[in-house]
Amino acid sequence: MDLPVWQKLYSEIGDLGFVPITVAFDAGGVEAAGPWIRAANPTYPSLIDRQHVVADLYDMVNVPMAVWIDEDGRIVRPTEPAGTNDSFRAMDHTTYAIPAEAIDSLRTVREVYLGALRDWAEKGPASQFALPEDEVLRRLNEPNDSHALAAVNFRMGEYLHEQGHPADAQRYFDEAKRLRPESWAYRRQAWALEDPAKSGGPEFWAAVDALGEDKYYAKIDMPGV
Amino acid sequence: MAMLLVNDLVSQVAGGAGDDAWVAVDSLERTTGWALKPEGACLGERCVPIPVNRADDFVRDGRFNITALADYLGQPVVRDTNHGVIAIGESGEGRANRLRTLSAPDFRLPDIDGQMHSLSDYRGRKVFLASWASW
Repeated sequence: MDLPVWQKLYSEIGDLGFVPITVAFDAGGVEAAGPWIRAANPTYPSLIDRQHVVADLYDMVNVPMAVWIDEDGRIVRPTEPAGTNDSFRAMDHTTYAIPAEAIDSLRTVREVYLGALRDWAEKGPASQFALPEDEVLRRLNEPNDSHALAAVNFRMGEYLHEQGHPADAQRYFDEAKRLRPESWAYRRQAWALEDPAKSGGPEFWAAVDALGEDKYYAKIDMPGV
Repeated sequence: MAMLLVNDLVSQVAGGAGDDAWVAVDSLERTTGWALKPEGACLGERCVPIPVNRADDFVRDGRFNITALADYLGQPVVRDTNHGVIAIGESGEGRANRLRTLSAPDFRLPDIDGQMHSLSDYRGRKVFLASWASW
């Protein structure tokens, strides 16, 4: 979990007018996300999003993903993976051992990404990592009607689950996943509600392996990554 | 009686989940976010004129047909007649238009102690908005 990473960064550069806001996409609410938050004990706002509202608003299909928002509330980097890459896929699916080169790759992307955040905190709009509007627009993944229908199906599933109808809820989650196969947030959340072991278990690894050459996390479009 | 979900708002409406959802005009804004004004149906600053020749389809006896508005605006509606639930979302076009403004959409969410935070509370700072999950 990344909460301590963002906390360390906040303690370093918070006085430059920088603040992380983390959002847990967790239909299980405080019960699910709370233990992680208590363990990290962040001093930045650490919020809980049972309905994946922020995922909808910012088109986040996975975690961790992030968007950079300037002092005026303008998006200066649209949604992208938050300093991570696909190197976890080299992990042994049962022992969780990771080859050294995969660890190095993950460390590199994280350092570059944290460096970019520091640069933005210091230089603001003069930072090369704060993108001009036309570039932000070019990078936007525009929502369409299929995404919108997926979101309302997910909402129905989440509501029915909350109301004590887990089997019926899964039918709506299935529809959301069908409409939005690229959303690992839908897929893993639905698994987690069905059986907490599933979202990181054999089903998860089988689905990741089925990606083949496709990415789980898109490559971050940033110099040095 | 059916439950009506409009984005994150939850309320009750008369009629079944397979029917049009007619919401009392005086509670419309609280239960759906939409308000009925002289210029039309308004969501915050944004107003949609009600088609004059179809006014009866939308407003009748102090009630507003929120599912008719959804159809009119291309908003997705999902109905569960078994449990009596109608869910209305935002249209794909609405989502795309909002993102294209590059103005970060606001939201309001609780922290672990139940205290509510809005993104706009942090205006004036550089916000790094990051997702994670326990799963």
